[in-house]
Amino acid sequence: MVTADAVWAKFEEIPDPEIPVISLVDLGVIRSVDVREGHVHVEFTPTFLGCPALEVMKRALEDKVRELGAEPDVEVVNDDSWGTDKITAAGREKLRAAGFAPPAPRLVQLQSVVHKCPYCGSTDTKLENLFGPTPCRSLRYCNGCSQPFEQFKTI
Amino acid sequence: MNEQELLGLADDELILGWRDSEWTGIAPMLEEDVAFSSIAQNEIGHARAVYELLSDDADALAFDRSLDEYRCAPFVELKLLDWAHAIARRWLYEAADEIRISALKETLPLAAKIDREETYHRLHAEMWHERLRDAPQFRDAVQMLWPYALGMLPPSQREALSARVGLPLVDAVERDAHTDGLAEILDEMTMVRRSAPAGAQW
Repeated sequence: MVTADAVWAKFEEIPDPEIPVISLVDLGVIRSVDVREGHVHVEFTPTFLGCPALEVMKRALEDKVRELGAEPDVEVVNDDSWGTDKITAAGREKLRAAGFAPPAPRLVQLQSVVHKCPYCGSTDTKLENLFGPTPCRSLRYCNGCSQPFEQFKTI
Repeated sequence: MNEQELLGLADDELILGWRDSEWTGIAPMLEEDVAFSSIAQNEIGHARAVYELLSDDADALAFDRSLDEYRCAPFVELKLLDWAHAIARRWLYEAADEIRISALKETLPLAAKIDREETYHRLHAEMWHERLRDAPQFRDAVQMLWPYALGMLPPSQREALSARVGLPLVDAVERDAHTDGLAEILDEMTMVRRSAPAGAQW
């Protein structure tokens, strides 16, 4: 019999398709897992609505449920429940270690403009471009260690 | 907001997304290539999410309607391959869109999600507005586009837009007729769909 815990553990194995250092569980996009008589209902909240990785993520969730011998039912929930504050503490640290500055908490972001370099920790950084290689990232430059880096946007 | 108005919002986002994507590869600087591409991707994503609210087949809504069935404002149809005009439209569009989306947030959870993403579009538009506001080409572009921008919103929201951008209320270019720009863009936009009706495989 499949349990919700087993499903969550399986989902930890799914890397984000565009930032593979972090899992979908770390990313906080799985809102709930509900197991009933061999059926697994998953509520999945997209990051950015136009993110091309959404279909890939949805399929990966379905595949993992099938690997456990259960039938998946992945519901995409397009409401306001996902924001970058949903990224777990472990996920934030994995992002930082891989050179992506984790998003500032929403409350902090609204009050300050401090962005820390993920390489040297300096706050002497400047915005190069609000937009980056994917919708969720901006480009910044660190004056401390002369290194460009990607900043996960706070949304 | 009724279904037709919601469709108008989605069509605005779809068509403007396509127009913004026309800067991919030819923007005056690499950063703007990236910015316009990313903004276009977001706007088209918003259109898809709203189409999904209205129909089980978002692609059919996006691509299979006849020209008369599109509800987009003439404002987003204009082909503006001139930087001052493109930025003027982005600035006016985001101002109008914020008023429209804010009014929807209470009743439509999706609107709140869209608004989070639009924050970055507004920052981008404001940054360029700061930079170009005194340039004659930009001021002329804003003047030319203003009646079109006003027509994006229902009359009840126009005063708020006028106050927000500091321009007087004038006769608006309404949503009731399309420009030649729509036919042109639909022809290009539906090319793959028409050539592979059963769905393209990549």
